[in-house]
Amino acid sequence: MNRFLLPLSIFIVVVVFLGIGLKLNPREIPSPLVGKAAPDFSQPQLFEPTKIFSPADMKGKVWLLNFWASWCSGCKTEHPVLMDLAKSGEVPIYGMDYKDQRDEAMTWLSRWGNPYPIVGVDEAGRVGINYGVYGVPETYVIDKQGVIRYKQIGPLDPDTVEKKIIPLVKQLETQ
Amino acid sequence: MNMNWILLVALFLSGPVWAGEAKPLADDPASEARLKHLAVELRCLVCQNQTLADSNAPLAEDLRREVREMIAKNMSDQEIIEFLTARYGDFVLYRPPLKATTTLLWVGPFVLVGIGATALVITLRRRAGKVVDVPVTEDEHRRVEQLLSEGGKRS
Repeated sequence: MNRFLLPLSIFIVVVVFLGIGLKLNPREIPSPLVGKAAPDFSQPQLFEPTKIFSPADMKGKVWLLNFWASWCSGCKTEHPVLMDLAKSGEVPIYGMDYKDQRDEAMTWLSRWGNPYPIVGVDEAGRVGINYGVYGVPETYVIDKQGVIRYKQIGPLDPDTVEKKIIPLVKQLETQ
Repeated sequence: MNMNWILLVALFLSGPVWAGEAKPLADDPASEARLKHLAVELRCLVCQNQTLADSNAPLAEDLRREVREMIAKNMSDQEIIEFLTARYGDFVLYRPPLKATTTLLWVGPFVLVGIGATALVITLRRRAGKVVDVPVTEDEHRRVEQLLSEGGKRS
């Protein structure tokens, strides 16, 4: 019995590590920006290009910044979740139209609905780079002081909104 | 010298085509060489097993553009790498730095080799202890010789 104990325990340890490895998503790279000030920008707005959208206008509010594009299929998946969250009034979602065509973006929003009070336009993808975006959709939770508190890589789903986003927003509101 | 002339002519001929575009650095081989040197050390975040130099992903193109602009601004390699790691983390580096979070990555293989070597030494020592000299008796010698000679006849 004893001579099987060591190989068996090594086997179990290896299986546990491989199991954890299987569960990890290599696409989810932890962002070094969580806990840091949200990078500043001033981008033209999608619907009113003469107006500027800047995070400085959001000081004192807890808000979400959602990078999306009309060409992005994950954004279509995520879209109903954003619509529901916007309707619930828990937290405002601001959009950043990432490397997109203006007219296509506007068509997309009028077709599927617009959850954003304001959409900024990041045509060259520079704001995206400053936020460490490497694929859309990505969503940032930003607190009253303008600090990034959470980054969602890939589409938001109802479960994440329910269990992570809303509790975090509520907690940040009290600060 | 000759090369300079060719470049100068190329520059003159292609000048109007570049109007309004971001200035490519092909006219400055030193900067382009720096870009290449940096880009092979950086990972493309979209196609994770490609370097920034190899990838054709739109993000890689954008990042190459950013790096080009930083080179044009005379920023050091160190500053450029800091710019990227501040946004994307150490994951953009093909050679991650030795830090508390990456200790396992750097030390792990040596630890595994150490464990393997120790296990090997222990096993070999144990096995060496098990081998006992057994004297062969006169009788056994004779029997062996008999068997060998019988085998010889058969074949």
